[in-house]
Amino acid sequence: MSWLGALSQLLALVMALVLAPLLTGWVNQWRARLQNKSAPGLLQPYRMLHKLFNKESVMAEHASSLYRTAPYIIFSCMLLACAIIPTLSTDLPLSPAADAIALVGLFALARVFISLAAMDVGTAFGSLGARREMLVGFLAEPALLMVLFCASMITRSTSLTTIVETLAHREFAIYPSLLLAGVAFTMVSLAENARVPVDNPDTHLELTMIHEAMILEYSARHLALLEWAASLKLFAYSCAGLAIFFPWGVAEANSPLALLLALPVLLFKLAIGGFLLAVIETLSAKMRIFRVPEFLGTAFLLSVLGLLVNVLLGVG
Amino acid sequence: MTSFLHPATWVHLDWVLVVVVAWLLIGVLGVLALRRFRFVAIVLFPIGAVFSVLLLAVSLSAVFSGPEVAILPLGLPQLPFHLRLDSLSAFFLILISGVSAGVSIFAAGYFRQGEGTPPGLMCLEYHVFLASLVMVLLADDAYIFMVAWETMAMSSFFLVISNHRIPEIRNAGYLYILVAHVGALAILLCFGLLQANTGDYTFANMRSQSLSPFWASTAFVLAVFGFGAKAGLLPLHIWLPEAHPAAPSPVSALMSGVMLKIALYGILRVSFDLLQDQIWWWGVLLMGVGLLTALFGVVFSTVQVEMKRLLAYSSIENIGLICAGLGLSLLFMAYDMKALSALALTAAMYHMLAHAFFKSLLFCSTGAVMHATGERSLGKLGGLMRYMPWVAWPTLIGVLACAGLPPFGGFIAEWLLLQSFLFTTGLPSSFLDMLVPVMAALIALIAALSGYTMVKYFGVIFLGQPREENLAHAHDAGPWERLGMVWLVLGCVVLGLMPSQVIALIDPITKLLVGTGLAHTLADSSWLLVPVSIERASYAPAIFLLGVLASMGLAFFLVRKLYHGRLRRVPPWDCGYPWQTARMQDTAEGFGQPIRQIFAPFFRMKRELPSAFDVQPSYKVTVEDPLWYWLYLPVARLVERISRVVGLLQQGRIAVYLMYSFVTLIVVLLAVKR
Repeated sequence: MSWLGALSQLLALVMALVLAPLLTGWVNQWRARLQNKSAPGLLQPYRMLHKLFNKESVMAEHASSLYRTAPYIIFSCMLLACAIIPTLSTDLPLSPAADAIALVGLFALARVFISLAAMDVGTAFGSLGARREMLVGFLAEPALLMVLFCASMITRSTSLTTIVETLAHREFAIYPSLLLAGVAFTMVSLAENARVPVDNPDTHLELTMIHEAMILEYSARHLALLEWAASLKLFAYSCAGLAIFFPWGVAEANSPLALLLALPVLLFKLAIGGFLLAVIETLSAKMRIFRVPEFLGTAFLLSVLGLLVNVLLGVG
Repeated sequence: MTSFLHPATWVHLDWVLVVVVAWLLIGVLGVLALRRFRFVAIVLFPIGAVFSVLLLAVSLSAVFSGPEVAILPLGLPQLPFHLRLDSLSAFFLILISGVSAGVSIFAAGYFRQGEGTPPGLMCLEYHVFLASLVMVLLADDAYIFMVAWETMAMSSFFLVISNHRIPEIRNAGYLYILVAHVGALAILLCFGLLQANTGDYTFANMRSQSLSPFWASTAFVLAVFGFGAKAGLLPLHIWLPEAHPAAPSPVSALMSGVMLKIALYGILRVSFDLLQDQIWWWGVLLMGVGLLTALFGVVFSTVQVEMKRLLAYSSIENIGLICAGLGLSLLFMAYDMKALSALALTAAMYHMLAHAFFKSLLFCSTGAVMHATGERSLGKLGGLMRYMPWVAWPTLIGVLACAGLPPFGGFIAEWLLLQSFLFTTGLPSSFLDMLVPVMAALIALIAALSGYTMVKYFGVIFLGQPREENLAHAHDAGPWERLGMVWLVLGCVVLGLMPSQVIALIDPITKLLVGTGLAHTLADSSWLLVPVSIERASYAPAIFLLGVLASMGLAFFLVRKLYHGRLRRVPPWDCGYPWQTARMQDTAEGFGQPIRQIFAPFFRMKRELPSAFDVQPSYKVTVEDPLWYWLYLPVARLVERISRVVGLLQQGRIAVYLMYSFVTLIVVLLAVKR
């Protein structure tokens, strides 16, 4: 492991931690603007985190130690996910520790812990949220895996860095499988990040909430960690999507110059991506909860179709 | 076998036989001390566990040594028992001994006085069961194999019905023994075909025969049917969800963790070892049946409301996934793609080992919960984490492993399996090429659904608020139970964190059966799991875990350092709703409801809705296995009809029977004369 490799790994981690709330703020701002509301400041998520960390934590009297540990576990999972996705450079020392399947496993681990934590206090909302989250998860998880497999089949690898390297290097060609996978990925990301049309991050209405229902009992630093983890998750998904479907601009060698060049490119791509997310959220309406399996089932089938197209065309 | 008088010259096989004899002796001692409960529990079961550990040590070394054979002059004259210990048997011995060590220790604290079968007899049945499992693995001819197989079926049957005063338990036992015997019949026929009219039933002879494709296929299908009946493959899974809840928990742990794997050993032995040339559609058949079983199992386990039944269906799911792996390996084998075949086989073997540990752990935990609360229905549990932390935390590990999450063993098995599915291109038939990604998608779906089940299992039992008053007095597991569960947890952790070392154990088997292994790619990177090459795929669970733990610690430290750690305990908020009770939490039915709705065609559901005028309105949903109605009841009716016809012969008068004899004699004489 070269020191530059270690540096780029560290840089990727710090960047994820710093940029993730910013991305959330950016999306929120655009959404507010598009919906003719006056937008909160771009730095609002940071203020929120600071405020929450300062507060005294209020916890249900019978909450178990699992409940107290869960936010830390979820936060770490998301951080690790950001560490293994090639955002700036494909030379990441941590990357061989976990490939695309392990990435999906990491998200699943976080999901299981947040659902368990939601059931821990034993309120009606908590277990309702947990059930819905698992409902979303059991279809979103295989769909995400199949999307990643589409890219894996083209590049003959499940290692995320190899996938991105290979995809960035090929001559420009539109793979029909990646097109299908891209649509599926967008649908999965909406569901996984608790966005409209699957979930609404702004509401506390019983009928509609999923993610919010699960973290209803949390407060102060635990809530801050969960909010930060949610931002990190959005960041990780955005970066993964950008890295697979628009891999251009990611540095391969770890020269400081290349890293310096990769950063503005990434920021530009994230800004566009965040704006598009806000547009999608504004244009679509929230679905009934039992439409969600259909929505995600479609994503799953699209991604499987992508795989089959790969096989049919003899790609890879 | 060398001289028995000099232990220094003993080979592995001798030591294994010593353990078998020791277990049988412990069983006999148990019968002698029939009702001396404390002696049986605290002395005999732990001694049995010590011998399990000895067996573990022996088999760990036996995996790497060549096959050892022996002929025991027991049995019928002219028909001695042929024994053989090769890497494949040794691997399954590791599985048996590793799991049984933990379960026996757990059992020392589990059995209570005055429940059903006397403790001494239970001790005999239990240890005979263990010994017969080992003998199945050592068998090198069909004769001893069937003897051991039947001993295994009978001893486990008696263990299942140890609470025989309850009619449901007797019914479950009957169903179990019935299916077991239908299966045994198929196995017997399979061996009959394999010996190819030579009259020599040793496995060595069967290996040397080359059957025509038709007869080989028939033997294979019979083996899948016969062993599948024991393993719980669709549609012969029907006994599993009945027998597992009926048996005492340590017994369910052994049956689910070990016995099902022994059935898979049978499939492996016949299809890879005894049959010489594999045919491609065998693999497709096994894969199809396996995935169907897995999907069926996992969908049913999400809607179960009784904890052991839920685990039983989850076992069906896991067996299905393992079979899919075996099938894929067989498919590659038929096309002589050895590296991929070895990868798929390794995945299946890994899954067996992982499932053995986490499923027996989970069954032990249900036993501890049942003892503490007297309840087996999920709907009457809840909040036990506060009262039983020694059960809850090990169960959490088991649940995570069972859900196939990193960094535990279940994930590695699924990871390897998906790798082998993913890199399949260049199969000679494009139909198969198309099939493989679809199967990978199904596996991913099944894995995700098992996460759903496990969240339900753990969340409803251990989290939330107690749904009944008496749960607040639930006592934690005793020292023996804790020790047993910790042993099994250790197994799960080792399987999760040391994949390269475990695969080194599996390697001799893939070399033996397929002709190549994975070890050469693993040799230089002991913490990194690299099945093919580092550019292609790699996974390092230890680093993974370290990364999560380090960032957890760092986050914890920084939050405390930069801010504070103040905490106030208050009643739960629940959006300000003041009248919440424990009954408002999701029940087991409620948690499974979305799955019940999405996968409705899988179930046979009956709904009883209340009318508006009922004095005491009640809502009832029953979910049943449709196969019971489509397959089993028609067969049962057919058998009844046939037996009624046959029953006409039985007149109960001696004159009529004499006439039957007379007519038969005449017919036979006529036939002979011609």
